Amino acid sequence: MYKYDPYDQAMVDTRVAEFRDQTKRRIDGKLSEDQFKPLRLMNGLYLQLHAYMLRVAVPYGTLNAAQMRMLGDIADKYDRGYGHFTTRQNIQYNWIKLDEAPDILADLASVEMHAIQTSGNCIRNISSDQYAGAAADEIVDPRPYAELLRQWSSFHPEFTYLPRKFKIAVIASETDRAAMKLHDIGIQIVRNAAGELGCAFYAGGGMGRTPMIAPCIREFVPLDQMVTYAEAALRVYNRYGRRDNKYKARIKILVHELGAAEYTRQVEEEFAHLLTQNIEPPLAELERIKAHFTDPAFDTAASDTLDRSDPDFALWVDTNCHAHKQGGYIIATISLKPVGGIPGDASADQIRLMADLARDYSFDECRVTHAQNIVLPHVRKADLYALWQKLDAAGLGTANLDAIDDIIACPGLDYCSLANARSIPVAQKLSERLAPRRGEIGELKLKISGCINACGHHHAGHIGILGVDKKGTENYQLLLGGCEGADTSLGKITGPGFDEDGIVDAVEKATDVYLAQKQGSERFLDTYRRIGMEPFKEAIYG
Amino acid sequence: MIILTGNDLKSGAVVWWDGKAWSLSADKAIDVGSEADAIIARESAAQRVNAAYAVDGERTGDGLRLGHIKERIRALGPTVRMDLTLNPGDPEAGKRVV
Repeated sequence: MYKYDPYDQAMVDTRVAEFRDQTKRRIDGKLSEDQFKPLRLMNGLYLQLHAYMLRVAVPYGTLNAAQMRMLGDIADKYDRGYGHFTTRQNIQYNWIKLDEAPDILADLASVEMHAIQTSGNCIRNISSDQYAGAAADEIVDPRPYAELLRQWSSFHPEFTYLPRKFKIAVIASETDRAAMKLHDIGIQIVRNAAGELGCAFYAGGGMGRTPMIAPCIREFVPLDQMVTYAEAALRVYNRYGRRDNKYKARIKILVHELGAAEYTRQVEEEFAHLLTQNIEPPLAELERIKAHFTDPAFDTAASDTLDRSDPDFALWVDTNCHAHKQGGYIIATISLKPVGGIPGDASADQIRLMADLARDYSFDECRVTHAQNIVLPHVRKADLYALWQKLDAAGLGTANLDAIDDIIACPGLDYCSLANARSIPVAQKLSERLAPRRGEIGELKLKISGCINACGHHHAGHIGILGVDKKGTENYQLLLGGCEGADTSLGKITGPGFDEDGIVDAVEKATDVYLAQKQGSERFLDTYRRIGMEPFKEAIYG
Repeated sequence: MIILTGNDLKSGAVVWWDGKAWSLSADKAIDVGSEADAIIARESAAQRVNAAYAVDGERTGDGLRLGHIKERIRALGPTVRMDLTLNPGDPEAGKRVV
């Protein structure tokens, strides 16, 4: 994985020193909160419901063992013994003290990490496929391209004050595991008919209060023009994005209002101009970055045989593991969704254990997924049983990947100052109610947001739940039919909302309809798409 | 009653105006009546509190009841981690704030 060069390290170290000085001036009363707030936000430090919250960037979700261990140590040393992995493949700490924030950033910098651009109207952490570099179905590892874009977008002087925040995802397989079309810009690395690598650009997707699926604005951009095309797309947005209305400031509104064709025309015009300016980094830089992402030293003689005699292990393999491009190896997902647990939370001890397991079993590497789980990308099949036993002993062996209790949930009103309703208790009740039926229900992606900002991706859930404030009480809307894959679709609201217990009952009724109506091996989503909303509404509202 | 709340500058902890200082306990909050704006201006200028604002509440037989669920959760702590709240010995406290 990528290693900082002296320039990267100097940038991060300089920022730590700068923020240390800013924090001191704030505590000494030399800066007002109005002056300090934009400075702390540029370093990922929010003021949430109960305390300061620090959001740490995990570029394209990739961590080495030392970085993961540091995340566990920070949870113990500066927080209350746990961290929360987010739907942006980042980690958040909920109980940070202001005067310790610079020390945390210094600790992060010591393992080549930071919290820069995890807030504010800038290009945020770039997300990617959690199976990158390991998946059997990818055409290349997308992370060198994501890293090049990370370097381009870090402290980019023109894009530090965009109309609104900006999220980019990069994938390199037909199977979209990163919700790519629900990003401001989604990039898919593709091959053209001549076998050359390039990028398909999608622009104007997003969730939030106005969910949109990004249209493809260019099917093939040569790799040596990728940054230039991204610059053109951002420039048009930066120039014409709505700065007068926060709720209409995302690029999806611009693309929608202009129309994809007109937005594309303007991007192409800007692109043609930028090509004359030679802003593209030399391909040598991409090659330098690629050298950090070469395959680990796989044992080419590793056995493909798995001893499945332990039924619990066999179930976990079938549920949580994924085909690897290298024979004898497998991709293992660690669920952070124990039955009745808090989605995405992990204790400091669990984080450190996962670091050790990444070091011992996965070539020193792990990934954070946008579904709030952790991936060990390169596990030798011969080691898998030993790995699973260690996970299971630490409460990390739940076999529920993509099942109804593998729930995505935002922090909600228990932690977030923007939330209108709690997400976590609903997730816990649903998990406890429906986990015993997960085998019967099969793949069903359930996603919960505590407000319209949709950090819990409710629009993209096969079943989505949106918490709203109804005259001072929590109310939950139910959505059906969302999907974030290659066949991305947006969920539709079933009807009037429910209280906390009512939404749990409603979800169970929806699953009952599915089980009664499913044909063959249909997933919940397949059945919904075949029979439509009405049978579900009849069962739910009677 | 009108109650003032905000977050402590250094710790970020939720605090409540008790008439003399900022307390961690919402139960110690007083009714500031028409003085809210003046106290917020003074305390913010003195850098003793972050993002102070006024909320509604009322005294009941069980103590202070804040008007909005968000404020009741702020006063207690996360309902899903009772061990981290100001009232870790009362497992039912989370249900009462909802």
